[in-house]
Amino acid sequence: MEAIYAHPKSLKPIQTKYCPGCGHGVIHRLIAEVIDELGVQEKSVLLNPVGCSIWADLYFDFDSVQVPHGRTPAGATGIKRMLPDHLVICYQGDGDLAAIGTGEAVHAANRGEKFTTIFVNNAIYGMTGGQMAPTTLVGQKATTAPFGRDPVDAGMGYPVKVLEMLATLEGTKYLARGAVNNVVNVRKTKQYIKKAFEAQLRGEGFTMVEILSQCPTNWGMDPVESNAWLESSMMPVFKLGVLKDELSVSANKEAGK
Amino acid sequence: MAQEKRLMKGNEAMGEAAVRAGCQAYFGYPITPQNELTAYMARHMIEKKRTFIQAESETSAINMVFGAASTGSRAMTSSSSPGISLKQEGISFSCGADLPLVIINVQRAGPGLGGIAPAQGDYFQATRGGGHGDYYHLVLAPKSVQEAADLTYEAFDLAEQWRMPVMVLADGMIGQMMEGVSFKEPKDPAKMPRKPWAVGHQKNREANHIASTQLDPEKFNIVIDERFRRYDEIKAKMQRYEEQECADADLVLVAYGTSARVSLGAMQMARELGLKVGMFRPITLWPFPEKRLSELADPKRKFLCVEMSKGQMIQDVRLTLNGRSEVSFFGRSGGLIPTEEDLLAEIRRILNK
Repeated sequence: MEAIYAHPKSLKPIQTKYCPGCGHGVIHRLIAEVIDELGVQEKSVLLNPVGCSIWADLYFDFDSVQVPHGRTPAGATGIKRMLPDHLVICYQGDGDLAAIGTGEAVHAANRGEKFTTIFVNNAIYGMTGGQMAPTTLVGQKATTAPFGRDPVDAGMGYPVKVLEMLATLEGTKYLARGAVNNVVNVRKTKQYIKKAFEAQLRGEGFTMVEILSQCPTNWGMDPVESNAWLESSMMPVFKLGVLKDELSVSANKEAGK
Repeated sequence: MAQEKRLMKGNEAMGEAAVRAGCQAYFGYPITPQNELTAYMARHMIEKKRTFIQAESETSAINMVFGAASTGSRAMTSSSSPGISLKQEGISFSCGADLPLVIINVQRAGPGLGGIAPAQGDYFQATRGGGHGDYYHLVLAPKSVQEAADLTYEAFDLAEQWRMPVMVLADGMIGQMMEGVSFKEPKDPAKMPRKPWAVGHQKNREANHIASTQLDPEKFNIVIDERFRRYDEIKAKMQRYEEQECADADLVLVAYGTSARVSLGAMQMARELGLKVGMFRPITLWPFPEKRLSELADPKRKFLCVEMSKGQMIQDVRLTLNGRSEVSFFGRSGGLIPTEEDLLAEIRRILNK
């Protein structure tokens, strides 16, 4: 009989602490599946950020390093420079990457550091309980934007489009945005992750996959509503697809393009 | 065979010592008065195909060191006072994750942006943890270019031995002045043993996690207690100092780094006048050399703490002597260095001679 399901080796078979409907679990699984497919479990290092996914080291079955909030790309830089033949994954949320760690993210990208950032964008602070994120949508409510994000009168600014910003930097080689709200998007996102990891292992330059993800708890919705809201509200602002692909021809060939 | 002696700036000598200690990665950010060190590392690390990065900030630099150290590699950063303040977040995290790494602080005058002249105002910050939380790390204080090189070279071994950051606390004078210096044998980073706790190369072992977080207070309490038992062991084994003519001294000058050079000069001038003056120079600021200093406590013996600050180490001197001897202070701040003549005048005033 053909095996149609197996738990990824790189992911421990335990229940996560993530809320029902949260996207982190699916994203963890995609990363673990790709690592298994590439056969690099023993050569992978994950940097888990401050935020809900600080728990990531409980679930992934390979080495991890936890640096201060937002310093994830700096830590990943140090690790990748010392272990150039390893797969170094910088797992970041929107607060970690686009607020407190903007400087680290921009400069690691600009140096063309050869690690991959998995940027989980759920437009809210999860762990601290629903504060406004740099990617919170205009009008979206948060505990620190109780009347909705008001960019002008309250001076709260606009959602930061990280990939579009990083695309201008020569050090970035592959930037793609996926989502985990339905099966089609989950599959596409897995392809983006695989392509980014393969590019990293070839030493091609900075790669990032942004993933639009659900936070039902802090959005105040049930999981099904969250999937719909992600599509109706987030996707028009954060457009899905490959924003930049300057990978070598051979890399694209390998990925079947 | 006599070792070759070279005339070098302290900043460059610390750089050369780090390279010879097998430093595999250096991450820095420009700040005066330590810029020669960063520039030296740029030239010599890149030349040797090791890692050098001019980071976008001090915070980033220390976290690059954190990452490199997580792989078990020898990694270092250097800065001066305002930059060291920015590194405190990373230093606290490194202490919480028990990571060996080396930090050089070429102190300048503060607070704030302050000045670029030499000072010793970072003693509290260096010896009391400096960042948030309950921790300490080794602090080594050189008085010369030679000692700056020797302590930097040794700092990498001590960091690995005790699984903690080691700070070399120099100052702008030590960093900028030139003296003759000879170096120890270079170590080959490729021949350093792999650390069992480090990340990477995880064949045939459980995953390693480098982290400082623990949300269960009971468990966290145990972790911190264990760390403090290591601190006790360090206090028992690592106290270092230099002592000059303390045995018969009526007055002992207590000073470290550049202040100790001035104190030694003033002590010699006082001895020529027949005054019984000695000097006690802590080399480890943490752990503070309290065992020997405590032995010197005597109701008939006075102590004068000499610092390039408004008086910080004096608190450790007072804690150590615990009221058994009279302690006074002499110092200058703002980037000024006390002169031997001014210090001698203070010595004579205290001794009424």
